[in-house]
Amino acid sequence: MRNPLSKKITAIKPSGIRKFFDIVSEMEDAISLGVGEPDFNTPWHIREEGIYSLERGKTHYTSNAGLKELKVEICNYLKRRCNLEYNYNDEVLVTVGGSEAIDIALRAMLDDGDEVIIPQPSYVSYEPCVVLANGVPVIVKLQEKDNFKLTKQQLLDTITDKTKVLVMPFPNNPTGAIMTYEDLKDIVDVIIEKDIFVISDEIYSELTYDREHVSIASFPGMKERTIVINGFSKSYAMTGWRLGYACGPQPIIEQMVKIHQFAIMCAPTTSQFAAVEALKNGDVDVKNMRETYNQRRRFLMYKFKELGIPCFEPFGAFYVFPNISKFGMTSEEFAMKLLEEEKVAVVPGTAFGDCGEGFLRISYAYSIENLKIAMEKIENFIKKL
Amino acid sequence: MRKKILKLIDKNSKLSVEDMAIMLDADKDEIQAEIIAMEADKVICGYTTLINWDLVDDTDAITALIEVKVTPQRGEGFDKIAERVYKFDEVEAVYLMSGAYDLTVIMHGKTMRDVASFVSSRLATMEDIISTTTHFILKKYKEHGIALCKKNEDERMLITP
Repeated sequence: MRNPLSKKITAIKPSGIRKFFDIVSEMEDAISLGVGEPDFNTPWHIREEGIYSLERGKTHYTSNAGLKELKVEICNYLKRRCNLEYNYNDEVLVTVGGSEAIDIALRAMLDDGDEVIIPQPSYVSYEPCVVLANGVPVIVKLQEKDNFKLTKQQLLDTITDKTKVLVMPFPNNPTGAIMTYEDLKDIVDVIIEKDIFVISDEIYSELTYDREHVSIASFPGMKERTIVINGFSKSYAMTGWRLGYACGPQPIIEQMVKIHQFAIMCAPTTSQFAAVEALKNGDVDVKNMRETYNQRRRFLMYKFKELGIPCFEPFGAFYVFPNISKFGMTSEEFAMKLLEEEKVAVVPGTAFGDCGEGFLRISYAYSIENLKIAMEKIENFIKKL
Repeated sequence: MRKKILKLIDKNSKLSVEDMAIMLDADKDEIQAEIIAMEADKVICGYTTLINWDLVDDTDAITALIEVKVTPQRGEGFDKIAERVYKFDEVEAVYLMSGAYDLTVIMHGKTMRDVASFVSSRLATMEDIISTTTHFILKKYKEHGIALCKKNEDERMLITP
């Protein structure tokens, strides 16, 4: 029999997180700090609106790009929160989570051999999605000394004639790093001058602490070369609803809608109705959740400082990214040993790119009580080292 | 700062001053001083525990909600009569209401007879009380923003990207 598999697909490594998940799920009563989703359930008024849409028989396809009402609310939201203006009619596409938006944005923009700059450590899907779209991933290693921000020099050093797209993964999973207005201002000129495009994954935009999130698309000359990706999973605790969106220039969105219509048809209808409610009446939920995350963030920062484990201060997402290199183990060895000895599960930084070596991703999407217990166990663990 | 402290201890009064200081990025002594001041001002009136008595054996307590219609008194309004009602130890809470009746009285008793006897001999006989309607609480689903009958289980997978 012939080999049924595509060489391109088999060459892609499975997610490093998957491997760790398989080990952890075998272990009974492990305490996990390894989750990349909110601990809150979706606020009830949003869930209720989803249920109500089902009761009304809203069980059919929507138009490919999404419910008009939702697209209008997305535009209102982006205007209100990020100072971005989009036309709901041809500049917005509702997707199955932010993940689909990443995939189809790349597929819509890349030709064979086009280079895509991916800052790492970052979310696991950018690199394989670039490969699937026949692009060439070019990794920029973000540095702890730069607070894991992308610097102008790093960008200049990486851009070639073949560079077409820069992925901007901020606020960042797994580091929690953000790019402030000043940080972005620094690199915007390079992007425009070198005529490259940006896919800005802003899924954690609402989880920005002690300051407001700034979208790179809000800089003059950037809207026409940026696809802004956002969604409902993190900000409204709606991971299981699988709903995100992409906004950008009409010609790119038009091609993305084409891929979306053939691959997906439309995003889940129930989720879209629930999302309308989230955008209309969910600001207060977001504010409360952000406040709670921020308290936990401060708690973990304090604890790591107390333990003498260096950890740069993250101002976004719900992760801290402590540096454990002084213990003389790889991230994976440290995480495995911590799991075996104290039954605490964290994710090795290497799951998010080779340059995550020496770091751990610790999620604070857990109650303070849980975090306290876990940090005591981590303290026990390092005392024995 | 007061509101921030209250919001935290409203949900969890067991939080230590140290933890609150870390969580709110504030000075420990400042928080301690605010709490003492709020206790003195009676902003903080006490610290209680939220108990689901239904899960405790041999505690057959009954909670009743009593609607009370009263004649307000000149110069005193409803306050005087409310005070006469809330001074009874059996009474858990008293609220002045808008609408069809005036006072909501929530009381605990060991048996239904306890409640009946309190209502008929204590409440209904007060001269300013016009009428009472007693409702017995059958089951408590949620109190103080916390669902009582549902286990709080983490539905998430242990590791996700």
